[in-house]
Amino acid sequence: MLLEIKDLSVEVEGKEVLHNINLEIDHGETHILFGKNGSGKTSLLMAIMGISGYKITKGSIFFKGVDITHLPINERAKMGIGMSFQRPPTISGVKTRDLIEKINNNGKSTEDIAESLDVAEFLDRDINLGFSGGEIKKSELLQLVAQNSDLILLDEPESGVDLENIKVIGNVIKNLLQKHLRRQRVRAGLVITHTGLILNYLEADRGHMLLDGGIRCEGNPREMFEAIRNFGYEECARCQR
Amino acid sequence: MSEIKEKAEAAAAADKKALYGTDIDLSGFKRDAPVHDYDPEMSGFSEEERKNFAEVGIVTSGEERSGSFLLMDHSPVHCSISQEGVELLSMADALERYDGLKDYWWKAVDVETDKYTARAEMDFNNGYFVRVKAGVKATFPIQACLYIGEEGIAQNVHNVIIAEEGSELHLITGCTTAPRLGRGLHIGVSEIYIKKGATLTSTMIHNWGEDVEVRPRTVVMVEEGATFMSNYVCMRSVKSVQMYPIVRLLGKDAVARLNTILVATKGSEMDVGGSVSLEAPGTRAEVISRTISAGGGIIARGRLVGHKPGVKAHLECNGLMLSEEGYIRAIPELDGRVAGVEMSHEAAVGKISQEQIEYLMARGLDEEAATALIVRGFLNVEMEGLPEELQREIDRIISESEESIL
Repeated sequence: MLLEIKDLSVEVEGKEVLHNINLEIDHGETHILFGKNGSGKTSLLMAIMGISGYKITKGSIFFKGVDITHLPINERAKMGIGMSFQRPPTISGVKTRDLIEKINNNGKSTEDIAESLDVAEFLDRDINLGFSGGEIKKSELLQLVAQNSDLILLDEPESGVDLENIKVIGNVIKNLLQKHLRRQRVRAGLVITHTGLILNYLEADRGHMLLDGGIRCEGNPREMFEAIRNFGYEECARCQR
Repeated sequence: MSEIKEKAEAAAAADKKALYGTDIDLSGFKRDAPVHDYDPEMSGFSEEERKNFAEVGIVTSGEERSGSFLLMDHSPVHCSISQEGVELLSMADALERYDGLKDYWWKAVDVETDKYTARAEMDFNNGYFVRVKAGVKATFPIQACLYIGEEGIAQNVHNVIIAEEGSELHLITGCTTAPRLGRGLHIGVSEIYIKKGATLTSTMIHNWGEDVEVRPRTVVMVEEGATFMSNYVCMRSVKSVQMYPIVRLLGKDAVARLNTILVATKGSEMDVGGSVSLEAPGTRAEVISRTISAGGGIIARGRLVGHKPGVKAHLECNGLMLSEEGYIRAIPELDGRVAGVEMSHEAAVGKISQEQIEYLMARGLDEEAATALIVRGFLNVEMEGLPEELQREIDRIISESEESIL
């Protein structure tokens, strides 16, 4: 198993936002996280990444069989976890190129990676400075492609992106998650989506719906998305597959 | 006695304190220094000394420099020039050759400003004189090094820089001391005249010792259509430095840009600012400072004075606290004297945000590397108009200093 979350509870500013979460993701699988605003989706990703402020009060996280519950963020990243942030900070004065060159684990040159995503011009811009919503998403993906992680956490990769660019981003993610491979596919993903648009580009294996900090439904992500769209989150939770 | 001398004596007698900065007891410093021999090849330096020079932008090989000047204690030990149309002399020689330089000597800086200017006149040790002839564009920068090698002395310097009409020059002033020097005092008066349409870029890098006190006094006169760009970098320990250069934009459409980068480690006091007076129509100015306290004290001043409608100027003082000790005080000041001036400022003092550090850590950088990258970005002021080669040197100095501040 690549990622195993066991009975995980997480607090933010003294308030428990995730309760007893259990989740397993194996190599090559793509999982989707559904849930309305404030349900705890981002908190779960942040806790997996180890971001401060998301305090684990109970349970544990195993990655590649190692207990990472209390590992520093960068150790997790080095072990192979990568994350695209929904609202990443701006880092003035630091060129995107400088960062990519430090983290590039892809085998290809920084230039080649950026060109393959058609974002070569990002390299000479300060990290996230003055980037539009769509540009931020692409820049996050650029960094993830360079990082070459084994588990990719994507926090709403399509939000704030126009239709044309959703196609571009969808295809980048599809490649990132090695959808072109079958048996050799090793990389796994955990993707938060509200719009479901990303599902048109990914064959996702499993969906999980969070409601009030707990996983309330699991199943086929397309079916779950249809149910949520037609009947709402509450109704989807009630069906309890 | 000349009028200048009289004024200097009066100010000295009154022990006239500077407007800013800790008051220094001048009697605590030796007035005499040993005389050093002339060094035509700048070859009489150890590897350690050459490294010190390189850290303040001075290359002893003289490569890619149009001229070199080196003042060691009170002795001009080197002065050479390789570009036609550019004059470089020791100040003492220039005063002799040009009969006291009456149009320039103490014409920009007032000798009565404070006891330091007074001392620079009464105990004048030397300095450099640079003049670029009209229309001449110097290919490479001129480098001037002010060096203190003798323990406990005062070095009183007076420089005059003249960029004649339509000329262009880059001047690098590097100030440093002998390895392991203890106490010292540097007083430096600089009078800079930039004539119609000329451009002067002045890059000054300070790397004094931790027990050295520094009091530069600079006034820059900028004529019509002329440009003054200043880059001041001080990232190493110093007991105290207090300077507040004044730039007067006297002719229409004159431009000034002042960039300052300061890093104060524990025990360092830096009171550094820049004042631009926009005295003619169409003048523009930008004063930017990036300061870091790694335990030391910083006062970052900036002042814009708008005298004519339509002038435009912007001031930026950003400070980063890397230590629980130390302080940064940003004091931006806007002084509009007529309606229709357009002046603005932004000032911010804070610490590195945890969010930024963790973002980079999520990419695999450890906390130290993440902090270093953010600090480097913070100090990365876009020094507009700076030749690539100088920008590279400043980048190098910043990256070398990174280790010592973190």
